[in-house]
Amino acid sequence: MADSFKPHDAAEVEAAIRSALADGKTLELTGAGTKRSIGRAAQWDATLDLAGLSGVTLYEPEELVLSARAGTRLAEIEALTAARHQELAFEPMDYGPLLGTASGAATIGGVIAANLSGPRRIKAGAARDHFLGVSAVSGRGETFKSGGRVVKNVTGYDLCKLLAGSWGTLAAITDVTIKVLPQAETEQTILVLDQDDIAARKVMAAAMGSYADVSAAAHVPAAPAARMAETAPIRTAVTALRLEGVAPSVAQRKSLLEALLAPFGSLASLNEVNSRAFWRGVRDVMPFAAAGPVGQHDVWRISTAPSQGATVGRTLAEKAGAEVLYDWAGGLVWAALPAADDAHAPLVRSAVAASGGHATLIRAPAAVRAAVAVFSPEPKPLAALTKRVRQSFDPQGVLNPGRMWAGI
Amino acid sequence: MSIVMPPFDEAVLKRRGEIVAALRRIVPGEGVIDSEAAMRPFESDGLTAYRQLPMVVVLPETTTQVAAVLGYCHREGIKVVPRGAGTSLSGGALPLGDGVLLGMAKFNRIRDIDYENRVAVVEPGVTNLAVSKAVEHAGFYYAPDPSSQIACTIGGNIAENSGGVHCLKYGMTTNNVLGCELVLMTGEIIRLGGKHLDSGGYDLMGIVTGSEGLLGLVTEITVRILKKPQTARAALLGFAASEDGGECVAKIIGAGIIPGGMEMMDRPAIAATEEFVHAGYPLDVEALLIVELDGPQAEVDHLLERVQEIAKSCRAVTCRLSNSEEERLLFWAGRKAAFPAVGRISPDYYCMDGTIPRAKLPLVLRRMQELSAKYGLRCANVFHAGDGNLHPLILYDANKPGELDRAEQFGADILRLCVEVGGVLTGEHGVGVEKRDLMPVMFSEEDLNQQQRLKCAFDEKSLLNPGKVFPTLHRCAELGRMHVHAGRVAFPDLPRF
Ligand SMILES: Cc1cc2nc3c(=O)[nH]c(=O)nc-3n(C[C@H](O)[C@H](O)[C@H](O)COP(=O)(O)OP(=O)(O)OC[C@H]3O[C@@H](n4cnc5c(N)ncnc54)[C@H](O)[C@@H]3O)c2cc1C
Repeated sequence: MADSFKPHDAAEVEAAIRSALADGKTLELTGAGTKRSIGRAAQWDATLDLAGLSGVTLYEPEELVLSARAGTRLAEIEALTAARHQELAFEPMDYGPLLGTASGAATIGGVIAANLSGPRRIKAGAARDHFLGVSAVSGRGETFKSGGRVVKNVTGYDLCKLLAGSWGTLAAITDVTIKVLPQAETEQTILVLDQDDIAARKVMAAAMGSYADVSAAAHVPAAPAARMAETAPIRTAVTALRLEGVAPSVAQRKSLLEALLAPFGSLASLNEVNSRAFWRGVRDVMPFAAAGPVGQHDVWRISTAPSQGATVGRTLAEKAGAEVLYDWAGGLVWAALPAADDAHAPLVRSAVAASGGHATLIRAPAAVRAAVAVFSPEPKPLAALTKRVRQSFDPQGVLNPGRMWAGI
Repeated sequence: MSIVMPPFDEAVLKRRGEIVAALRRIVPGEGVIDSEAAMRPFESDGLTAYRQLPMVVVLPETTTQVAAVLGYCHREGIKVVPRGAGTSLSGGALPLGDGVLLGMAKFNRIRDIDYENRVAVVEPGVTNLAVSKAVEHAGFYYAPDPSSQIACTIGGNIAENSGGVHCLKYGMTTNNVLGCELVLMTGEIIRLGGKHLDSGGYDLMGIVTGSEGLLGLVTEITVRILKKPQTARAALLGFAASEDGGECVAKIIGAGIIPGGMEMMDRPAIAATEEFVHAGYPLDVEALLIVELDGPQAEVDHLLERVQEIAKSCRAVTCRLSNSEEERLLFWAGRKAAFPAVGRISPDYYCMDGTIPRAKLPLVLRRMQELSAKYGLRCANVFHAGDGNLHPLILYDANKPGELDRAEQFGADILRLCVEVGGVLTGEHGVGVEKRDLMPVMFSEEDLNQQQRLKCAFDEKSLLNPGKVFPTLHRCAELGRMHVHAGRVAFPDLPRF
């Protein structure tokens, strides 16, 4: 059997999977390969390279909908929608800088398979929330579709949700239909300066509970803030709140938020241009970039309740010297820890268990990712259900076996 | 009423006395109902054309009881139908004569309101509106707002992935729930999600939402609550042609405006509602559009002006902007009363729920008029215009022989039409029994088989709510079989590198 399949259409994807099934071989699914190092380091017999399935097949701005083959570059889609003042509102992050892979190369299939999102997650949702329809080939080598091209649809199970974030372990996605939304006309960011992690949590909660309709809330402690061009001159931690919309609305909400936050500390703001650049940096976790000073650290991505983020972050900082950065109003913790053979997994897992949520080891050498659980281990009945769900799509375990959990 | 439900399991029915006694040991007191008179209120849901008395009704109060009931039924091979408030319009909660109807009404507590994390943890029997009421004093609300919100439960909302007039901007149920406790048919209890975002593994919460009670019993739910918009204003726009109304909707969205709500009514619906509530709707228009903007005052005023300009460019013959809260509510009064208003002009009506790409609206309305003539039945349309979700109301009289059948055929033709123009069978009411046999219009056998395989991962004996959603019931073993063409097929055309 060949080492690599490079199909150009859905029929060829089906043929490739059937061939692997017949030969009893396993496949590694890839798009552009930008996130190839996320997941357990496992061995697969051959590669199923889906980047050859390329092209936007439908874009109707007034219907807020776009369809594309899975291997279409995100950058191509973003350029197309931007020309009509639209965008993917879930603000998918680019893992390139963090993982030291090509930037701006990701495919839409990979974006969805990893259920990516960005700072706007707290307001607009993740890829899962914008993924309307799919055609895919299961690990049985059978093509199926789910969903449609309309936003409101409850016909049958919502398999799109399940495929989003399944990291290619259920089916090879060949075609996707996604929701697009208007871009905000303008944006501004308010910064509250020099807060510690716990105080920042209060600032973000106050802002999120206000009428200001904040579209992103992050806290960047002093060390990582010093590595971002927009905040470096400030020389303190920044707690950042983004306002997006039409100009009169942004102006009104800015005064509202400034009045609300003044008692917490001194304020500054980022104009539209700097605001865009700053949030792109937060989105892509630039302070922890592979090419930067903590580029050799192991990186964990932790999702917890916003009120718990700072507690998790403090624990990791105190016990393992972690650098942390908080997005999603405190609920998303990016933690860079000095490299260790176990990537400090026991510490991270126990901190997350105490707070609720989940943690994924995003960056670590392959040997570490082979030795420790990369995705959150699940309690027994749930793990068994996960396994049955996987088998219902891929009974022989051809597609990315072992990528998410050992033996699944 | 051509739907055939699974045949009764005579062996189970013979053991009814023993089963009732066993259930009483799990749920003591009045939580097990087996007298015909007391079971009568449970015999149907919002799809009242279908009725069936269950074998027995059980109203558990704790997750432990739910788990014990399901575990028992799983061991004994007894079917179970979950029920919330019974407002499903697709027959999702229709009982089975040889099954247990598991009513979740006693799960009616709000367990936790957490403003810092902007979530509420509620039991499934809590009504949709009760969640918003509980957080109203702090200026928060729960966004999905089905018209049935005073009655329907959050558990039912999860099962149906319910929507409302605000879901264009704020999403459906699935975009507003973060976690749940789920009891599997085996009696195993699992937790999905929580107060955090996204799943650390497969997004099972996403698959349970909208699964119509076929995958598990939801016993606790964590929902997002949002800060109420500071203000809301609406525009009432009338058009002489439905094409103009459709163009206006497209242009509003094309201009980058996502209204909080955007609802359309056709002439028959306008006439029926105006006569009922006197909202001041113009009677000489083909299409009436309500566009509501919500958010900060400056934004709402600014966008409403743009909407007005767009409406004029689309030849609106009526254009009124609300200048007070009373006026805004008056604009809505007619739309909100559309169903009962139609109920007044016809002995019965049948509510459909397809979704279409918005641009197809004029075509679909025209074709619906033709169908209306063909079947000799009137039809009024209310339409979630922003997201393309149509609610044609077919007027009929159940006392006239053949009219119900004709109404059902008319409805089925409308749904086929929705699929034909690129839409779907149901936007928010669910498949249930009602649209079960139309599923092949939208899905291939392979599509449906894959969905049923997923069902098998949750419920290998197909005991939970069988006879709903899927037109053909397959055994899990049969679905799981692989037909590998054992290496005999070569793939010469396939590029290999
Ligand atoms: C007048 C009227 C207006 C309506 N308007 C709308 C609308 O605007 N938008 C909309 O989306 N819908 C609407 N509906 C439909 C209906 O109200 C919704 O589908 C609602 O979510 C059903 O909730 P329920 O509690 O009544 O559930 P039920 O009807 O009791 O059950 C619905 C389904 O959920 C399952 N179920 C219930 N509870 C659970 C549980 N705890 N665990 C697992 N499964 C469970 C049942 O088995 C069934 O399949 C309307 C209905 C009426 C009668």
